[in-house]
Amino acid sequence: MTVSTGSTTEAATTDLVNLTIDGIAVSVPKDTLLIRAAEQVGVQIPRFCDHPLLAPVGACRQCLVDIPDAGNGRPFPKPQASCTLPVAEGMVVNTQATSPVADKAQQGIMEFLLINHPLDCPVCDKGGECPLQNQAMSNGRGESRFSATGGVKRTFPKPISISAQVLLDRERCVLCARCTRFSEEIAGDPFIALLERGALQQVGIYEKEPFESYFSGNTIQICPVGALTSAEYRFRSRPFDLVSSPSVAEHDACGSAIRVDHRRGKVMRRLSGNDPEVNEEWITDKDRFAFHYADAADRLTYPQVRDDDGSLRPASWPEAFAVAARGLAEAGASAVLTGGRVTAEDAFAYSKFARVALGTNDIDFRARPLSAEETSFLASEVVLRQGATYSDLESAATVVLAGLEPEDEAGAIFLRLRKATRASRTRVISIAPFESRGLQKLGGQLIATKPGREALALQDLLGHGDYGIDSSSVILVGERLATAPGALSAAVEVARKSGAKLAWVPRRAGDRGAVEAGCLPNLLPGGRPVADAAARVDAATTWGVSGLPETAGRDADQIVAAVNAGQVGGLVVGGVDPDDTADPAAFRAALDRASFVVALELRESDVTRVADVVFPVAPVSDKAGTFVTWEGRPRPFEAVLSVPSSLPDLRILAGIAEELGTSLGFRTVAEARAQMEEMGPWDGERAAPEPVQAHDVSDPGVTLATWKQMLDNGRMQDGDDNLRATARVAVARVSANVYDALGPSITVTGERGSVTVPAAIAEIADDVVWLPANSSGRGLLAEVGLPGSTVTLKGADE
Amino acid sequence: MTDTLTPVLTDSWDTERAWTLPAYESRGGYGALRKALGMEPGAIVEAVKESGLRGRGGAGFPTGMKWSFIPQDNPKPKYLVVNADESEPGTCKDIPLMMANPHVLVEGVIISSFAIRANKAFIYIRGEVLHVIRRVQAAVAEAYAAGHLGQDIHGSGYDLDVIVHAGAGAYICGEETALLEGLEGRRGQPRLRPPFPAVAGLYASPTVINNVESIASVPSIIEHGHEWFASMGTEKSKGYGIFSLSGHVANPGQFEAPLGITLRELIDLAGGIRDGHQLKFWTPGGSSTPLLTDEHLDVPLDFEGVAGVGSMLGTRALQIFDETTCVVRATLRWTEFYKHESCGKCTPCREGTWWLVQVLSRLEQGVGSESDLDLLLDQCDNIAGRSFCALADGAAAPIQSSIKFFRDEYIAHLTHGGCPFDPAASTLFATSGALA
Amino acid sequence: MTQVDDKTYAELEQIAARYPEPRSGLLPMLHLVQSAHGRITPEGIEACADILGISAADVSGVATFYTMYKRRPVGDYHVGVCTNTLCAVMGGDAIFSRLKDHLDVGNDETTPDGKITLEHIECNAACDYAPVMMVNWEFMDNQTPESATQLVDDLRSGNEVRSTRGPRIVTWRQAERVLAGYPDGLVDEGPAAGPASLVGLRLARENDWKAPDSPGLETGAGAPSSTSEAEEGK
Repeated sequence: MTVSTGSTTEAATTDLVNLTIDGIAVSVPKDTLLIRAAEQVGVQIPRFCDHPLLAPVGACRQCLVDIPDAGNGRPFPKPQASCTLPVAEGMVVNTQATSPVADKAQQGIMEFLLINHPLDCPVCDKGGECPLQNQAMSNGRGESRFSATGGVKRTFPKPISISAQVLLDRERCVLCARCTRFSEEIAGDPFIALLERGALQQVGIYEKEPFESYFSGNTIQICPVGALTSAEYRFRSRPFDLVSSPSVAEHDACGSAIRVDHRRGKVMRRLSGNDPEVNEEWITDKDRFAFHYADAADRLTYPQVRDDDGSLRPASWPEAFAVAARGLAEAGASAVLTGGRVTAEDAFAYSKFARVALGTNDIDFRARPLSAEETSFLASEVVLRQGATYSDLESAATVVLAGLEPEDEAGAIFLRLRKATRASRTRVISIAPFESRGLQKLGGQLIATKPGREALALQDLLGHGDYGIDSSSVILVGERLATAPGALSAAVEVARKSGAKLAWVPRRAGDRGAVEAGCLPNLLPGGRPVADAAARVDAATTWGVSGLPETAGRDADQIVAAVNAGQVGGLVVGGVDPDDTADPAAFRAALDRASFVVALELRESDVTRVADVVFPVAPVSDKAGTFVTWEGRPRPFEAVLSVPSSLPDLRILAGIAEELGTSLGFRTVAEARAQMEEMGPWDGERAAPEPVQAHDVSDPGVTLATWKQMLDNGRMQDGDDNLRATARVAVARVSANVYDALGPSITVTGERGSVTVPAAIAEIADDVVWLPANSSGRGLLAEVGLPGSTVTLKGADE
Repeated sequence: MTDTLTPVLTDSWDTERAWTLPAYESRGGYGALRKALGMEPGAIVEAVKESGLRGRGGAGFPTGMKWSFIPQDNPKPKYLVVNADESEPGTCKDIPLMMANPHVLVEGVIISSFAIRANKAFIYIRGEVLHVIRRVQAAVAEAYAAGHLGQDIHGSGYDLDVIVHAGAGAYICGEETALLEGLEGRRGQPRLRPPFPAVAGLYASPTVINNVESIASVPSIIEHGHEWFASMGTEKSKGYGIFSLSGHVANPGQFEAPLGITLRELIDLAGGIRDGHQLKFWTPGGSSTPLLTDEHLDVPLDFEGVAGVGSMLGTRALQIFDETTCVVRATLRWTEFYKHESCGKCTPCREGTWWLVQVLSRLEQGVGSESDLDLLLDQCDNIAGRSFCALADGAAAPIQSSIKFFRDEYIAHLTHGGCPFDPAASTLFATSGALA
Repeated sequence: MTQVDDKTYAELEQIAARYPEPRSGLLPMLHLVQSAHGRITPEGIEACADILGISAADVSGVATFYTMYKRRPVGDYHVGVCTNTLCAVMGGDAIFSRLKDHLDVGNDETTPDGKITLEHIECNAACDYAPVMMVNWEFMDNQTPESATQLVDDLRSGNEVRSTRGPRIVTWRQAERVLAGYPDGLVDEGPAAGPASLVGLRLARENDWKAPDSPGLETGAGAPSSTSEAEEGK
């Protein structure tokens, strides 16, 4: 709930209002609504339309209370809706608990709400957790006067799909408009609206425009009746059969609190948790609906080793540990590629494994295009720092987005920015190739920038009075900025000169934790620079080893190159999709070229298919762990399901290390956490910045701009077909000139190949084309080329 | 002593081409505007306050006071919106006024906008009155051409634009915040108050919303002075107003009289109840005002007088029904109207009117029991005063008042097994034959 | 499929531009869509959404809220019969019932020849002329079942019909254009006021009843002056 009664220190400065509710004196901050003030004295006034994060409407009238004294000595002549009325000094309020007038008013409303309700609780998904049902049971009439007088209910055809995922049962709807208000106020996707009028009023869509919002599932959760259901969960279980466990969403770097409902060892659904500091009460549809990937048919369940005939065969855990250790020992120089989805504890294990068991700094979590500039930036500017928080976004005067499309890449940031901009507190400026729908919904200002020119655009912010970048600003740089030379350096410079806060927003849940854990060639855990002898000694001491490798490691691209050059023989790969990497073909070649590959994976993949040893790892539902948000905020979670055979990466790495004759010093998440705690953050010098000069590297030709849409072909959305059906279709965004010349279907050809997709007009430069990174085929990196590279366009019919 | 009838707004209605600017100006029209432009805006507000003019759209809120709520230190633009969405059943005064004398409204709009320092005004006319819309559109165009509207009106430095806006069929848009929603291109559902329109109305800017007749009364107040206006009417209900008599009187029509005239006087003026019949029940101010009967013929028709007998003056829409009319049928039909016009926003109105119609329909068909009357009254109790806006209070009014005065007639439907009345007997053509 | 032609699209934009905030134009814009397409079409909804930068669902929400907007094609003449209480009692019910029989259509239905759409309507603010009908939202006062059947017969056979308090009847689509804010030049047809509107004024004239004299002035905007007889009714 949003009411804070004020801590003792705040109480003095907050304007408090004194009133009496049901005979109990209470003091609450000025402007508190009665319905929430009543909660302070322990009275829950029933409500349907009210929601603390939505603007008050007073539509359902369920929360009527009697006010014998409005604070001016005079009564309100009629019961008042407590969800719209702010407290007043000296006010006297009587709720249903003490006032027969309020009680009768509420009973009357409840009766009205039920006359047209189908009362189909036994077959309704909401049955058992339904505010309407609960309220009817506790305050409703036993017998219906409506049916006693021959009343005829309003009926509608049973549920209609308002998207591939969301179904609407209009008969159950009490027209509280929480869903339509959420869509308009919070998500900015007003694709559902109230239609018709009076008793025929209903929620609906325009038939050609389904409710395809990245946040649509929140409407199901806040629906106070069973009117909105998901195709994914409908008729699957009863709430009283479910066990609920809190957790943290694994699909982005936002760290959203979720609630996982499970039954007999199986996740049945996921809901948003409530964390005012992070995601408030909202999550993305991906966080809500994308979890069946963990139950996919290709899920690995036992270790495998490659047999003499070249095929993989099942193996026992001890055998697999032994084979892996032997293979790595024989391979000579080995390297570690972790991907960005590991928990901080697992990342810590990979980091230590590389240094202690393999004796190398060749480790990188960045399974994506990267740069040396970024490597340096992460060490000098990101690790150990809390650059900005969600609250900072809300209070900032200006937020600059560079290389970041929050709606697609960081949903909770998008919603928080929307909240801030709607409250007229914050202005958003985006350095991007075109004005996205997401930016429009933030009322943001575009600095149209061709890929490659981001650094110059960032530098221009400073001299530009209009943008007003100062210490009340926040600059959010996305991980994509890594490939724009000089851009991260320029962002640092702007932040330093203006006093603005600077935060790095990666795409994946494990990215920031991996930085903290030292899954980088230049960083040890806790921000210890590899290049700093004191830092190495400090880490070695904690770990009880004589020393750590001194040579700076190779980054992911260099590791791939080194394998292909025969300089590195062994690879430990945990959760990397080759098609996500900067050069998928090179990565695949490296897998073939490597003398020994150990794969830690959840499901069969292009890596496991060629690996020499394959270890199944636990999905997040089966293990405890910590994700670190883009803010640097740790988000620990415990295992949701208890599956003894499902081992976290760190347990497997410990097993291999032991076979290699070293010990990681932990076998469980708890032990790893204890060691991380013991090690703590580095309190010595940070790695020195190595700025890269800003320069225009954009090509005179047509440049490829891209990012991943939230819903796309990502493997963690596998098995959630209803969700995928709500994804935005892949289109090439081109200028009107290009469209007129080449549309409506365009072939984009890069150095790695071509894709043909429908074209859509955007306010974008003639020499830039935008494509979604992973919405067709194997994705752009595999099939077209790198972001920012030169491509050619032609009409598909030519 | 004031005369029985005091035609001011209606006075020109029998003029040749009364709706045109020349006709209006030939009678001194736009003289008040010139006078007003020479006054301080605050003085105009003061004059309207002093006149005692109360809102003619039904609620009777003092017009000058409403104007004075506009925060003049608010930097946002101010707006005047004329509520010409006349839709309350029985109400039929603004429509003939705008058809015959649109310029008095336009002149009133200019003076009122000047008083509240608005540079943009809107006239929101219900869409279902095409010819009235034509007349107001034309009047506004003529006023522009004559320099009464536009930039630097008559060299005063004051600018005003007026937009004539056609509604599209929604009774609820007569509610001022629902009207604003309609004017903003949205569903006409009432808004939460506060903030009140005077602070955050159209486009969240300070806005005055006044009824047609209220605004049209302003030129006469400026022209003749507030004392002149206040010399008519009663102590707390000053001035003149248009009284609309309809139904079973010999000569239905419009009667512009000082507030406080009685129905007995008005029926006399209208030639009495139609031949051979007697008054049975009537509405003082539209269907949302509780019914009255022949007991109330001498109640002064002013805000206090009608309130004193448990009803409301409303829009002075006097619908007269004689003894041939079935009160249950009348009530059912009104209830169906409220159900049809309920905007759907709040539960008691949306669901309550749905249910009321069902119970009343059964009673009208003679089905049910006497306890259904108590059920109806209990439903009304759960609707009235519990809803978001006053529409539902209006829905309850005819039911509550008809049961109060005609409980026996409801019961007669049950004992008779249906309606005991002959609907043909109450038609206009039952006795007089077709009117050509 | 009914496309929004360039002229209509431009006029829709023009309507939006009349207002300080374009969305205010939506109600008249939808009237124009009806004028152009004979009903609210999906193409019209999409054009409005496009011009105003709002979702088509929002436009639909508005188009389905107001009763003058029709989702099914409307005939050349929209014939409304007031059946709110007063008109119903005074004969509106009988008229509506007679017309349904006569035209062989139900409420909100159109005759097979596409000429007449019949609808019972709510109070149209002409109660002193009860029972009232509206043809394309022009007043047809003091109707009877007989006059009503004659009226629809005249409309169907193309005879000129005049409003009892207004101009000659144009088509529904032409009427909708006026509601969109495009005058049709018929403003000067018809009287200033019908007979019922003048009942009180007549009595005042007969009895020399007037508002009080203006203090210090001989004549003014509100004070009575000599009058000429206006046209009344048909």
